[in-house]
Amino acid sequence: MKEFLLGKLSLRALPHEWFTIGATVSFLLLALIVIVAITRLKRWKWLWNEWLTSVDPKKIGIMYFLVGGFMLLRGGLDAIMIWLQQALSSGSSQGYLSADHFQQIFTAHGNIMVFFVAMALIFGLINYIVPLQIGARDLASPFLNTLGFWLFVAGVIMVNIFFMVGGEYAATGWLAVAPLSGTEFSPGVGVDYWIWSLQISGIGTTLGALNFIMTILKMRAPGMTLWKMPLFTWGSLCSMIMAVTVFPLLTATLFLMFLDRNFGAHFFTTTLGGNAMMYTNLIWMWGHPEVYILMLPSFGAFSEIVQTFSRKAIASYKSNVLGMIGVSAFALSVWLHHFFTMGAGANVNAFFGLMTMIIAIPTSVLVFTWIATMYKGRIRFATPMLWFMGFIGTFAIGGIAGVLLAVPPVDFQLHNSLFLVAHFHTMVIGGVLFGIFAGLSYWFPKIAGFRLNERIGKYAFWCWLSGFIMAFTPLYVLGIMGATRRLDHYDASTGYQPFFIMSLIGGIVIMIGVALQIVQIIASFIQKRHLLDITGDPWGGRSLEWATPSIPPPYNFTVIPTVSSRDAYLDLKSLGLLKHDYEDIHMPRSTASGIYISAFAFLAGFGFVWHINWLAVLSIIAIIVCVIMRTFNENTEYTITAAEVEKLETDRIKKLLPAPAGNNEDMGLREFVGIVIVWGLNVIRTKPWRTH
Amino acid sequence: MTKPKNKRAPSNHVGLILLSLTGLGMCITFLLQGVDVALFNPKGLIASEQHRLMIISAALLLAITIPTLFLLYFFAWKYRESNEKATHDPTARHGKYFVFSLWAIPSVFMLLLASIMWPATHKLAPQKSIASSAKPITIQVVAMRWKWLFIYPEQNIATVNFVQVPVNTPVRFDLTADETPMSSFWIPNLGGQLYAMTGHQNQLNLIADTPGDYPGRSAEINGAGFSGMKFMARASSQAGFDQWVRDVKLSSGALDTTEYKKLLSPSKNNPAALYSQAESGLYDTLLKKYGGTHGQQPDQAMGHE
Repeated sequence: MKEFLLGKLSLRALPHEWFTIGATVSFLLLALIVIVAITRLKRWKWLWNEWLTSVDPKKIGIMYFLVGGFMLLRGGLDAIMIWLQQALSSGSSQGYLSADHFQQIFTAHGNIMVFFVAMALIFGLINYIVPLQIGARDLASPFLNTLGFWLFVAGVIMVNIFFMVGGEYAATGWLAVAPLSGTEFSPGVGVDYWIWSLQISGIGTTLGALNFIMTILKMRAPGMTLWKMPLFTWGSLCSMIMAVTVFPLLTATLFLMFLDRNFGAHFFTTTLGGNAMMYTNLIWMWGHPEVYILMLPSFGAFSEIVQTFSRKAIASYKSNVLGMIGVSAFALSVWLHHFFTMGAGANVNAFFGLMTMIIAIPTSVLVFTWIATMYKGRIRFATPMLWFMGFIGTFAIGGIAGVLLAVPPVDFQLHNSLFLVAHFHTMVIGGVLFGIFAGLSYWFPKIAGFRLNERIGKYAFWCWLSGFIMAFTPLYVLGIMGATRRLDHYDASTGYQPFFIMSLIGGIVIMIGVALQIVQIIASFIQKRHLLDITGDPWGGRSLEWATPSIPPPYNFTVIPTVSSRDAYLDLKSLGLLKHDYEDIHMPRSTASGIYISAFAFLAGFGFVWHINWLAVLSIIAIIVCVIMRTFNENTEYTITAAEVEKLETDRIKKLLPAPAGNNEDMGLREFVGIVIVWGLNVIRTKPWRTH
Repeated sequence: MTKPKNKRAPSNHVGLILLSLTGLGMCITFLLQGVDVALFNPKGLIASEQHRLMIISAALLLAITIPTLFLLYFFAWKYRESNEKATHDPTARHGKYFVFSLWAIPSVFMLLLASIMWPATHKLAPQKSIASSAKPITIQVVAMRWKWLFIYPEQNIATVNFVQVPVNTPVRFDLTADETPMSSFWIPNLGGQLYAMTGHQNQLNLIADTPGDYPGRSAEINGAGFSGMKFMARASSQAGFDQWVRDVKLSSGALDTTEYKKLLSPSKNNPAALYSQAESGLYDTLLKKYGGTHGQQPDQAMGHE
């Protein structure tokens, strides 16, 4: 009976090790602070109505940024713990982590950074920018979007809840390679948490991707043909098409793994005809395109940035677009280069090596178009452009390393080494994360209504870049010395230790960069009025998102513009701006269905993790009921009348303030520290915590 | 619109960047003194060829990357906003050969690299036996949690976490695993790695040309004892090898089914062990244990070529 009710769950699942207790306490404290703050500010209703249940892609985008940013800190903490262990654990010293705990940390680090940071931030950018760029008021299916977001949140909770219940995560590497991830070698609940956090958020990704494909294909402003689409939208379209193609593969693979683990099936086991090599193939068929799914929107963002800051249209737009299409088309034919060492014959290996080299061609074309765009441009080195410069340098090095790894005999030596680790970090940090940072600083005025502090932003950039070089160059060297990845301990005679220490120092410099980014955001909030973007077009933009005011109204455009060329907004600016005859606007209503469905999805996953089958089955039934109820809800839209739109617009224009006269400099670090100290002293003096 | 001013000229940044990169390079060079940089220190034909291929491919890739990066930084410097001398022409059109060269240049480089890669992949296929006048030896390798078992079927001895081979003699490692997740057998000084998997046989042909001790390990994560799953590969002269085999035969223990079962139970950081005798057919039962082989047989592997 107890087993029926609680499955494998028992009191032993409660936190009892230092790291689970520590994490549980800090999570609970954080939650407590947030709850108290919201309650004292009486903001619960506002939060629920205006944000959590919102279907506005702009708000969902911001929520993606917040969750992704928070998870970046969480994944970064994992990174520091990995670095510290590897810097310490040489010879007689065993470091401060057990092997099993260390393996859990790097598994969680990989999952969090790829799924819950990079994916989140990319989806955030796509949510915010794509509808604006194509001149749409909302998405093809606003409900699918909120559902996708909340499924993603359920995944985030699943990847963190193991601290509180169960105390272990998968110790298998971020792709949970079989048969290591089978019950034979990983009997605990760690891998189950891994399965369900990816499964739930992965389904969210598929739904979100479908939605954006529909939106981009069907909801563009009149006149915007595919060949006139902005490049960020093109990158997002390619990425989303890839996501729809490969994410179902992940879902199926995880499902088979689930059957293996929960119901004794033998798809990937060592015995009774199971074949682990099949798992390796399936997971990489998804895993490789996944990297490009992250990369292409980032490429698109760089294309926008290099055009705007060079004040010149992209050199060969069609080559750039074909480059992105080429990358996504070939992305599905290179997966085997992740396991040349599994023993395939020479022809198979050589074929996949060749395909990998072919995919380098469109990628190089993209780089060349960006560089050619700068030719005869008038280049302004604002922070987004600095991130771009940093990106090309790191991307070139990562690219060399990547193509080297595509030569099978060379890969036999470099596979599973730290060289490989350095390579993909170069690609994912240099290519994806720098793209996200560039995009965020570029579009920040649109998102927040004021631009970011440039001075501190530049400090943050230089910390990131130099820290990055210092952290990962030693890893390339270690790889060439024959150091494998994922070592929790190594002999002193290997000579690895100085390089791991060097890498750790680089990691610390990166952390300083992250801290500076947080300071940058706070300093920008303090100086908000001075940084205010009144025009809606702070950089001299070319595409339609800059035609809207910063922050755009819920309906984005009062009048949907008609597009006649690639640089739609540039045209509007030279030909005279939009006419202002107002019309009725239909907008989607907020809905909480997404939250309910995701909550049940989480419960279903939790039930499967702990073998509480009744909970899982009931939750799945509840999900079906919720979906059916939602389909019968016909009251999903509301109308803003032309008169209301006019009033909103005039109100908005009235509220615009000119920037205050006087000091026009962005604040520096010294000034920021001064302000913080004065504020702190003030708080101590007034003692707001003493209520009378 | 407020514009932040760029006070420092970009050339100052360039100097600083070059200085720090040089510092980093010097630092690394200094730390590499007296350390075995395994991939650049090949001790056998396969490792040498792989090393050569790595250098050639890297050189070819640098030949396209360095000019690209040079152009990037040059354009960034030349067409910066504050440079009044440069021609800023936002309407600049690109010449008629521009798009062509955009696609042609990387294509030529990649085809060049592919034309090197394709034959090299066939030549250096791990299954391919190494041509040599010496009679090749076979060593059967079993990955276990978390140790390596080596069985010498011709010499009828076995070892754990230690393997000795004669120099200039091709060695065929027959790799499999028992009750162990996928592992990867790697001796960086002698050549690239290959997976060892249950119920499956992989062949890795290597050769050593210089006597010495070369560390090897599992490169693929396979559980809690992964970091300690390492062994020493010793290359010695033929005479030294024969003497070693005789010595091992005089050592006490034999590898029988009981001893094998003991080895199968998971253990970390195993010390090396020697067995004077190995029960015959032990390795073959391993392949059958998991429902027959789906790996290559020696003859089949040749047939692929």
